[in-house]
Amino acid sequence: MREITFSQALNEALREEMIRDEKVFLMGEDIGLHGGAFGVTKNLVKEFGSERVRNSPLSEAGIAGIAVGAALLDMKPVVEFMFIDFTTIAMDQIINQAAKIRYMTGGQAKVPAVFRTQGGGGTGSAAQHSQSLENLFCYIPGLMVVMPSTPYNAKGLLKSSIRNLNPVVFIEHKLLYTKKGDVPEEEYLLPLGKANLMKKGRDITFISYSRMVHVALDAADQLAQEGIDVEVIDLQTLSPIDKETIFQSVQKTGKCLTIEEDCKSSGFGAEVAASIGEECFDYLDAPVRRIAAADVPVPFAASLESEALPDVDRIIRTTKMMNS
Amino acid sequence: MSLSKEEKLYIDAYRNMLRIRLFESKVLDLFLKNYIRGPVHLYLGEEAIAVGVCSALQKDDYITSTHRGHGHCIAKGGDVKKMMAELLGKSTGYCKGKGGSMHITDMSLGILGANGIVGAGMPIAVGAGYALHLQKSNQVVACFFGDAATNQGSVHEAMNMASIWKLPVLFICENNLYGISTCIRDVCRLDDIAKRAEGYGFSGITIDGNDFFQVYETTKTAVKKIRQNGGPILIEAKTYRHEGHDIGDPEVYRSSKEVEQWKQKDPLLRMERDLLDRNILTQDIIDQMRSQIRKEIDQAVQFAFDSPEPPKEELLTDIFVKEGEL
Repeated sequence: MREITFSQALNEALREEMIRDEKVFLMGEDIGLHGGAFGVTKNLVKEFGSERVRNSPLSEAGIAGIAVGAALLDMKPVVEFMFIDFTTIAMDQIINQAAKIRYMTGGQAKVPAVFRTQGGGGTGSAAQHSQSLENLFCYIPGLMVVMPSTPYNAKGLLKSSIRNLNPVVFIEHKLLYTKKGDVPEEEYLLPLGKANLMKKGRDITFISYSRMVHVALDAADQLAQEGIDVEVIDLQTLSPIDKETIFQSVQKTGKCLTIEEDCKSSGFGAEVAASIGEECFDYLDAPVRRIAAADVPVPFAASLESEALPDVDRIIRTTKMMNS
Repeated sequence: MSLSKEEKLYIDAYRNMLRIRLFESKVLDLFLKNYIRGPVHLYLGEEAIAVGVCSALQKDDYITSTHRGHGHCIAKGGDVKKMMAELLGKSTGYCKGKGGSMHITDMSLGILGANGIVGAGMPIAVGAGYALHLQKSNQVVACFFGDAATNQGSVHEAMNMASIWKLPVLFICENNLYGISTCIRDVCRLDDIAKRAEGYGFSGITIDGNDFFQVYETTKTAVKKIRQNGGPILIEAKTYRHEGHDIGDPEVYRSSKEVEQWKQKDPLLRMERDLLDRNILTQDIIDQMRSQIRKEIDQAVQFAFDSPEPPKEELLTDIFVKEGEL
């Protein structure tokens, strides 16, 4: 199978869906000739023209609102926010409008918009360009939240997100764009709301998503050498969450560690841990534990940033403690 | 009596203005008797704007509305039964009782929704305009908003985006002088909000929003221009709300003298006098119309009273479009 990068996979997804459905259009800052800050929309303006690949002013609230209004008129907007930190400027349109319009109108209207963005730390971009804000969106009924981890699921999930008739917040990770992976030439879709079992294991379940899946897998490899057999689940969609896959795994292993890059307090792992506590308590051999970022704005200096973010060593230490 | 097409349109417009007046008066009455929950923002005194604008639109044009949206909905052809049922939180209402006063929507009539967030309808209208632009449609979007909304950042973004892409959006600023208690003069240095359009590179015009004919003619011309050459255009219609911001507003920020002065300029009475003077209507016809609409609204109230509340099973429906739905 051929290998392509994460950003190439996303680019293919956008291109294929734009060819398939003329209702699909893109809007965002510097997504035209520049191809987007991370190259995801590269060359698309040449193929589809500036009306369907619309370079916008720096107006996040406007971009989000345009997505909502166009979606109400049966279009399929896919808008890009350069950094997830910038979605805070568009929150009214995402949270008060897109997420609620269907419910508030008693099911009359639908908002089939995709809000693409990227988040996460690790590049020295400091506190306003490195956040992991996924949980803000997971908290809002009416939004779907999707976070891919590989070129393969990035492509399949983005295509499904575009075809889905609900508002989807699609969050990429800035450190994944250059990662390569197997992606089939032929078309495929991946279902939203389904987690992916990345590695089978007996002793403990790692629940992760986005870039942290790779950190979790690295830790699992090292732990295997020490005789600890880890099962790794990539959630892929955070909302709605695939509890079935989580519970099945935890019922088998009896132990669970959540591994995420957002802040620990009120982070996504808290929801996972609480759900397991409610539904699988009798199967647990140890309390669910969480590896997450420190409760701190993401610092600039490399020494501080790496201290703030989860890494393989912390996962290994915590896993060993849970197994002792 | 043989009437021209325009004269017939005026009669329909008058009927709709009267319908809004009587509907809102009934809503006030029902609210004071505790039949309606939550905040209600009445359109009394502003009837000429919604009706003047919508009379100049095609049936398939779109509107976005505001928290003060009952008038827009009626002017665009909304069903007063479904509106009343929604206001009373009944399952037969426009939104199955899930939205209430601030969220009345009728997608089949191009009413893209009232909105509880001031200014939020603007980017949505521009998005609808972008969709029409991509669809190479001849339709337009009329976007209603109040004077206070013009100080929202999203409104600035929306106006600029509509302008740079020449989108088919007609912005209608209903300047009723107050955002809740704050007078527009205290939060905007311009005498006329329409001047802001120039800063975005399109034209804006200020008119008397209590004069149906001015609103109608200005909108007709603006919409024609937008259909021919793209948009946007801003119309600022100066008006006044007869009631407070919402029902129960103590109105400490304005004098009863000021309210009385504006009531002298009541848009409904002005239109009525005008149509009588021009022999387009007679007092008999007006009286007949009034009793017909009263009956229609009483039936709407009865319909709402007789309708069931949403069943508990409705709580978790309509959050997402499920596969196979629509």
